[in-house]
Amino acid sequence: MSFYLVQFLSGLATAATLFLVSSGLTIVFGVTRIVNFAHGSFYMLGAYLGWSLVERWGSTPLGFWGAVAVAALAVGLLGALMEVGLLRRLYRSPELFQLLATFGVVLVVQDAASWIWGSEDLLGRRAPGLRGSVDILDQPFPLYDLVLIGLGPLVLGLLWLLFNRTRWGTLVRAATQDRDMASALGVDPARLFTGVLFLGSALAGLGGALQVPREAVNLHMDMAIVVEAFVVVVVGGMGSLTGAFVASLLIGQLQAFGILVFPQITLVLVFLFMAVVLVIRPYGLLGRAEDAPPTAASPGPPLIAAAGAVRWAPALLLALLAAVPLVAGDYALIVLTEVVILALLAASLHLLIGLGGLVSFGHAAYFGLGAYGAALLVKHLAAPMPLALAAAPLVAGLGALAAGWFCVRRSGLYFAMLTLAFAQIVWSVTFQWYGFTGGDNGILGVWPADWAAGKAAYFWLTLALAGGALLLLRRAAFAPFGYTLRAGRDSALRAESVGIDVRRHQWLSFALAGSAAGLAGGLYAFSKGSVFPTLMAVPVSVDALVMVLMGGIQTLSGPVVGAALFHLLETEAMSRTDWWRLVLGTIILVLVLAFPKGVAGFVRDLWTRGRDA
Amino acid sequence: MSRRLAVENLQRAFGGVQAVRGVSFALDAGEVLALIGPNGAGKTTCFNLLNGQLRPDAGTVRLDGVDIVGLPPRRIWRMGVGRTFQITATFASMTVRENVQMVLLSVHKRLFGLWTPAAAGFRDEAMALLERVGMGAQAERPCGVLAYGDLKRVELAMALAGAPKLLLMDEPTAGMAPGERQELMALTSSLVRERGLAILFTEHDMDVVFGHATRIIVLDRGQLIAEGTPDAVRADPRVQAVYLGGAA
Repeated sequence: MSFYLVQFLSGLATAATLFLVSSGLTIVFGVTRIVNFAHGSFYMLGAYLGWSLVERWGSTPLGFWGAVAVAALAVGLLGALMEVGLLRRLYRSPELFQLLATFGVVLVVQDAASWIWGSEDLLGRRAPGLRGSVDILDQPFPLYDLVLIGLGPLVLGLLWLLFNRTRWGTLVRAATQDRDMASALGVDPARLFTGVLFLGSALAGLGGALQVPREAVNLHMDMAIVVEAFVVVVVGGMGSLTGAFVASLLIGQLQAFGILVFPQITLVLVFLFMAVVLVIRPYGLLGRAEDAPPTAASPGPPLIAAAGAVRWAPALLLALLAAVPLVAGDYALIVLTEVVILALLAASLHLLIGLGGLVSFGHAAYFGLGAYGAALLVKHLAAPMPLALAAAPLVAGLGALAAGWFCVRRSGLYFAMLTLAFAQIVWSVTFQWYGFTGGDNGILGVWPADWAAGKAAYFWLTLALAGGALLLLRRAAFAPFGYTLRAGRDSALRAESVGIDVRRHQWLSFALAGSAAGLAGGLYAFSKGSVFPTLMAVPVSVDALVMVLMGGIQTLSGPVVGAALFHLLETEAMSRTDWWRLVLGTIILVLVLAFPKGVAGFVRDLWTRGRDA
Repeated sequence: MSRRLAVENLQRAFGGVQAVRGVSFALDAGEVLALIGPNGAGKTTCFNLLNGQLRPDAGTVRLDGVDIVGLPPRRIWRMGVGRTFQITATFASMTVRENVQMVLLSVHKRLFGLWTPAAAGFRDEAMALLERVGMGAQAERPCGVLAYGDLKRVELAMALAGAPKLLLMDEPTAGMAPGERQELMALTSSLVRERGLAILFTEHDMDVVFGHATRIIVLDRGQLIAEGTPDAVRADPRVQAVYLGGAA
């Protein structure tokens, strides 16, 4: 009995931290509508800053709590700085561009933290006066965690007072409800946004600094917490602080007891929970339909089929690429093979984002399913390469068909979070099912058939298959299938009233995109000779998203350009410096600020302007 | 012979508000029926009940004798009910011609083609429809940049592309200049004669209503209070009370 009580209490302590971080996220999202990936980075910075300050001042209670407060405020200032220096310039860009920008910040912060604090785990000192534990029904329980448990409701109460009893808080609530109305009332949105970013980031920093006595500070804290915080926000209902609080409590307990009841699936439990909540309550536990974010991608200008000489550009590019092995060495061919594969991955994601307005945060699942589908056939059935490659899009397509059925029932950020949930479920099954998938040892020895073993031969094979799939996706975009998908995005109301089953069409598109990603995954497996669960982890989904956004979602060439640019930059930066994240992140930030329509969109604008002039 | 549209005892509440209560009326081919009433009378709700966007709490809606209650909008459209919206809804990322082609592709169930370009499908048919509503010259413009009155015309062309038996038009001339309004309604009336359509429309402009409707029904606070020829409705004291205030 007492064991369960202690387990319950530690669940509450976890919930307190979760709530601090996710309350900041939900406030920032509510007002600015920005999906702020950098929120996790602020949490991590709070932990690192907290660690340094606690090392210096933390011998007395006053010093310790002062250190925590200063760390939180400093992180809040960084958040405000990000708003002024970066986000403010992007409010007129498509919403997704702000997401891309915050991802650039994630990369920069990663390397900055590693540069300042090193890559070793840092163990902080414990809070003075709270080092011991109390006995609860004869079970020891850390005193510090008890303080955290009290802190959650305290912060909720303070935030409630801030939003309901101060003028500033009222303005923030007004802006959350209706941004245009708030600025019509004379509220300066820029200043409001700066303040909101300060508050939200400070809450993340506070959550991070408070972790110092509980766990080692390391460089992986950012992504782990931001994904969890998004789950909390979505489960609680976007923009609802009380919802975030309730969701934190539930998820804290789920983690505390889930490990006892279902040790096999601890990693997926939270995502399963979110999927179930979203299927039953579309807008989260305490969310309302009105607070739901609009569908992310807004309709762009008409998609214009290239005319004249440009029409032959894809064919010309293919011909040029096919000639590369005559001049290039093995290394260049390996990189180029990867570029072609990633171009297919990005283009398949673009089908959903660019044409369907469906932003997937979990596209890596289908890339991974394709790779594993092929690798498992080789491992367990000794299948020949052509068979394994044929199975890759099939396995991924079936997976997408199953996941898509659920995902397309929701739109906007809810759709994105459901896709993320499915990706995490697939990832953790792969990660934890040692007997079948090899767990994190992966599957080795997935080599191409003899006739395709040479780097040039495999490049040609990739070019033929991925290039063919790319051309098919391009045809599909201009064919009735792509038009119907766009029709559903432009106006679901109109589409339904002219006989289009929007949901079914989105579902089929999801499956098509999934199987194209699966083919890319299969090709990737044989190009590497091995597969690992990381193939379907969050960073790969984010990479794919970055490629699509970098190239620009309004052109069909965008994802191809974006994939090439991203992968070449990443490879080049990695080979030249240990600080490749810093380089890549900075490049993303510069690109976002310089080309708010994406690189391909910029080139197309130049082209049309040149022609019209 | 059954009527083109027969509505009986239609009911719909939102929470405690009875938006439509016991509405019954019928409509035959060749008729232009105006549904009028003050703001909030339940006109748009009625339309949403007829084309399947909303499900009625009670009542029947028959199209050529077939009950269509409970069917989704896309099925009702396939049975021959076209619609234009109070706030225009078109496909903003497509050109005017592509908007109409999109509907034609749906009519011919060609939505899943992966190879042949959509722009090649039913081009002449789309152009003919656009010429008919006077939008031929703007066929290649993106729908996102059109003036409001032009969007209304595109919507009409899209509705016609579905070869409807019954056309529901929610404030078809809102946002248009007076001359434009008469022109659009004249066009609509000639379409009724050409194609044997039945039209049900709502409108705030009384010149449009009394100039073009063959019959009028009046809705107030969810109930039908009058029905008849334009002259009869104009003379009805209850209608005058509703429109001139003091509707107690």
